[in-house]
Amino acid sequence: MSATSDGTVNETGVLSATRADGIRRQWKDGAEIAPAGREPQAVNHAREPRSHVLLTLAAWMCGLLFALPVAWMILTSFHKEEDAATNPPSLFAPLGVDGYRAFFDAGPWPPLLNSLTASVLSTILVLLLAFPAAYALSIRPVKKWTDVLFFFLSTKMLPIVAGILPIYLFAQKVNLLDNIWLLIVLYTSMNLPIAVWMLRSFLAEVPAEMLEAAQVDGASLITTLRKVIAPVVMPGIAAAALICFIFSWNELLLARVLTGTVAGTAPVFLTGFVTSQGLFLAKVCAASFVVSLPVLAAGFAAQDKLVQGLSMGAVR
Amino acid sequence: MSADATTSGMPGGPVAQSGAGSPVPERNTRLARAGDWSRRAPLLPALIFVIVLAQLPFIATLVVSFMNWNAYYPDERGFAGFDNFVRVFTDSNTRSAVIVTILLTVLVVGISLVLGLAIALLLDRKFVGRGIVRTLMITPFLVVPVAAALLWKHALYNPEYGLLNGALTWVFGDDAPQPDWISNNPLISIVVALVWQWTPFMMLILLAGLQSRPLDVVEAARIDGASAWQIFRSMTLPHMRQYIELSALLGAIYVVQNFDHVFTITSGGLGTANLPYFIYQTFYTAQDYGRASAAGVVVVIGTIIIATAALRTAFSLFTEEER
Repeated sequence: MSATSDGTVNETGVLSATRADGIRRQWKDGAEIAPAGREPQAVNHAREPRSHVLLTLAAWMCGLLFALPVAWMILTSFHKEEDAATNPPSLFAPLGVDGYRAFFDAGPWPPLLNSLTASVLSTILVLLLAFPAAYALSIRPVKKWTDVLFFFLSTKMLPIVAGILPIYLFAQKVNLLDNIWLLIVLYTSMNLPIAVWMLRSFLAEVPAEMLEAAQVDGASLITTLRKVIAPVVMPGIAAAALICFIFSWNELLLARVLTGTVAGTAPVFLTGFVTSQGLFLAKVCAASFVVSLPVLAAGFAAQDKLVQGLSMGAVR
Repeated sequence: MSADATTSGMPGGPVAQSGAGSPVPERNTRLARAGDWSRRAPLLPALIFVIVLAQLPFIATLVVSFMNWNAYYPDERGFAGFDNFVRVFTDSNTRSAVIVTILLTVLVVGISLVLGLAIALLLDRKFVGRGIVRTLMITPFLVVPVAAALLWKHALYNPEYGLLNGALTWVFGDDAPQPDWISNNPLISIVVALVWQWTPFMMLILLAGLQSRPLDVVEAARIDGASAWQIFRSMTLPHMRQYIELSALLGAIYVVQNFDHVFTITSGGLGTANLPYFIYQTFYTAQDYGRASAAGVVVVIGTIIIATAALRTAFSLFTEEER
């Protein structure tokens, strides 16, 4: 109705107004001008509450359904083995920590510590390598920087499994099999492309004028990094660190092939957990929960970072 | 340093080469070259690292693929020509692994995308407990993949005491059907477990996409009398296209390489061995290095063909994000 006239006013009016702003103004004006209680709106008002309740209900159902297996895992982990393996399931069986006792008696600390070492150190290495690279792809870009960027992404598409044999043979030759440092280096190369992409997309948002101003003022590189770049990039570094940590912690194939009793990680330990006959469900659930706990905690604590990290910085 | 100041703010801009028309061309090119190297220097560590660790192994794989090399018969090591490739292409196990990989990827990515989009649409409105529902939805993705596979195999699918059959007993009583989920539908069992983990991933990216949509336009359209379906078809979907492509591309990168679920749920049995598992088995269990490498080379070539198309999509996706 009044959209066209408002639109032109907007275009000629405020210079910096974004398209959304303009439209928001149009719609607000439109609402004011529109006679109250028009037919379609009245219908909408009468129908909305009920459909809203249904949609809310559907959303809750989806959330509960997807979380149900995890809830079941946690509940089962606190049951006794004989209560865990019943049909129909014993929902209200007495709770206890036998499953956890059995898990911790099996010696999970070395693998858990290995996982922690591999994940944390490889994440630090990734960031140390990725940050300068991202700088050279955004703030002071090299020639053909897009080619370099897509080269990094293309390495992510090559299946790890196709390169695992030479790595294995090499590690065998130089006595690096079952050595945690081998995993640290491999996880670094596995996650480096993700971090480069993410950090580049954040660095590209550092305002050029501020960099120039810093340069004109004679600020040193360190000062520029600290005062101009860090505030913009810190969320990106956090998101990259989160996602690199999760992917390293989760990794199974490399760890399974390249480690043994000394450097085995938590996922490898988990795969060897179901060898015994007899009842083991509570124990397995306890083990799965404990091993997943760091990822669950980190992911819940930084949900928005999770989205940024998973989309390699393309989605904020 | 100072010569670069003008271009530093424009990642997309061509690097100014001041050689032409300059009174002292030689000095300028040398300066420019020095500038080029100072630009490249921060990039080199990461680039060399990735080339050494992610590219050299593939070249080594290529070499081994032309060799007759089985660790159990070390004396017979030698050049094999195309024998390994002939065996890979004529072997029914390889063909099955290729088909399983494609099926697994297409099904998991497709179903997760549709579910993820539906749930993202449900979460893209204000309601009581929205934050809690979002947190609940993310949970599956945060379970370590091996742990998730163990959970599905033993706590949910198990025919005797799994939750699925337990629920059937609850609903239908003692003579309820008690299917052996994994034996009856091995591939579908893996697909369901993977969809459970990847739907949250898709949902997160798609929800972020929905929330970046200019809501005012939608409101305006609604005022003008557009139906919910019309708004979805002609406003939401076009806006969501790039987010859908992005999540499909990233999801496919990870699902193609899935090893954990196949390894844990079926150990590659019952016709569920995908390429990662097949190569792992050929190399790790059968110790047939030549053949495993040939299969690896085939995978890499296949990936390159698909990835080229995917990269083109990615390129248009990410360049649209540029300033």
